[in-house]
Amino acid sequence: MNLNLFYHFGRFLLLMRAALQRPEKWSMYWKETLRQMDAIGIGSLVIVGLISVFMGAVAAVQFAYQLDGQLVPRYYIGYIVRDLAIIESAPTITCLVLAGKVGSNLAAELGGMRQKEHIDAMEIMGVNTASYLILPKLVAAVVVIPMLVTLSAFIAIIGGYLASVPTGEITNEEYIRGLRAYFDPLNVQIMYVKTVVFAFILTAVSCYQGYYVKGGSIELGKASTNAVVISDILILLADYVIALLMTS
Amino acid sequence: MIRTEHIYKSFDEHEVLKDINLTFYPGKCNLIIGRSGAGKTVLLKILVGLLQPTSGKVFYDDTDLFSLDRKSLQKLRMQVGMLFQGSALFDSMTVEENIRFPLDMFTSLTYAEKRKRVDEVLERVELPGINDKYPSEISGGMQKRVGIARAIVLNPKYLFCDEPNSGLDPKTAITIDALIQSITYERNITTVINTHDMNSVMEIGDNIALLHQGRVAWTGSRHEVLTSDNETLQDFIFASPFLQRLREAALRHLKENE
Repeated sequence: MNLNLFYHFGRFLLLMRAALQRPEKWSMYWKETLRQMDAIGIGSLVIVGLISVFMGAVAAVQFAYQLDGQLVPRYYIGYIVRDLAIIESAPTITCLVLAGKVGSNLAAELGGMRQKEHIDAMEIMGVNTASYLILPKLVAAVVVIPMLVTLSAFIAIIGGYLASVPTGEITNEEYIRGLRAYFDPLNVQIMYVKTVVFAFILTAVSCYQGYYVKGGSIELGKASTNAVVISDILILLADYVIALLMTS
Repeated sequence: MIRTEHIYKSFDEHEVLKDINLTFYPGKCNLIIGRSGAGKTVLLKILVGLLQPTSGKVFYDDTDLFSLDRKSLQKLRMQVGMLFQGSALFDSMTVEENIRFPLDMFTSLTYAEKRKRVDEVLERVELPGINDKYPSEISGGMQKRVGIARAIVLNPKYLFCDEPNSGLDPKTAITIDALIQSITYERNITTVINTHDMNSVMEIGDNIALLHQGRVAWTGSRHEVLTSDNETLQDFIFASPFLQRLREAALRHLKENE
């Protein structure tokens, strides 16, 4: 078991070394990067928007319930929704969901290419397949996912507003006051550090799982599942480590 | 010319290839034949460098394939074309984009020059005008021909074909064989074909190696197949009673004519 872990970790590092080589032709890589940006970014807008509205709404409703009858000022709901969205829910929940949507898709795409001998065909042409197939995905994810997370944080705050102000939990002024209270720019830094790390993890792990698929459709399904499960575990682990490092 | 020296290949305890010493000549259709599981595909993958042998060497002219660094290997591979068993055309690209892919990646030709080159090779494989079709919109035989077009678009010195006739009807298979043969002769390419199609053996086998249980059991040309007394070869080529009777009749005919 432990040896297996070392084997995969070593092979993952070798794959990343090959993936981070200088591209054979920049224009081809650029074209592929744009395609991936479109697939990861535009393709994930709806799901990210949906989960973000509900994340903000649920946070507002639950904190309103917990603060009910307490001496804590009501405007804290806006403050809590904002910080929760920025520090935790936008980067972490969004990336966990993207690991499911984008990660499984990347693993299946590369795994399918492996099974149909597309990767072998490129390799024989002289293409550095690790680089051509993985680097554009990494670059696209690291550029686009922070944009999605930024959007997610804004939408979560709007979701919190929609769930608390029109329903009469708090007033418009209280919510806005909460949003403006105790703002610490470090939280935004934490959000972006988390996002970049999570984007790298979910893309690299999923590409690794797909690139080395062997066998048939059952193995391809397993690779997709592994991509999501391992990415999720590593994202949560990284979340804890980053939180420790940046808040202590 | 491609040459193998004492190639051995094992997967865990299972030895798939044992002491393979073969030479594949330019301007000839070099065939690797044998039953399923004989090690043909493993040998082909070693020849193109997709698999490392357990021991032994592969020489492209005088260059040892497995001693090359990544850059030199990349350079060598630009002289290699390969037709895969399933064609391995990229599904999300059109026929033209598939064929243009190596040109886009490795040349600095203008778009018009690349387009002209694509049209030339499509013309060569007798499929003009299908540039905008997707692989799913053309037949298996056409996909093979597009695969050949992509394999020769960079004017390779070496061409590898893995089971070029699998899944094709006999008539289309003959067309594909004839195409590979004519391209090999006109461009003086070292062509290595992995097949168990008997028609290919008898029609285009200039230099044939029979693999049996991981070893080379026989080498020769298509002209020697009929008269060879190698039992493994005869068992393999003339496997059915019908083919055995056909061989006996052919041998009788030859004797009577002597």
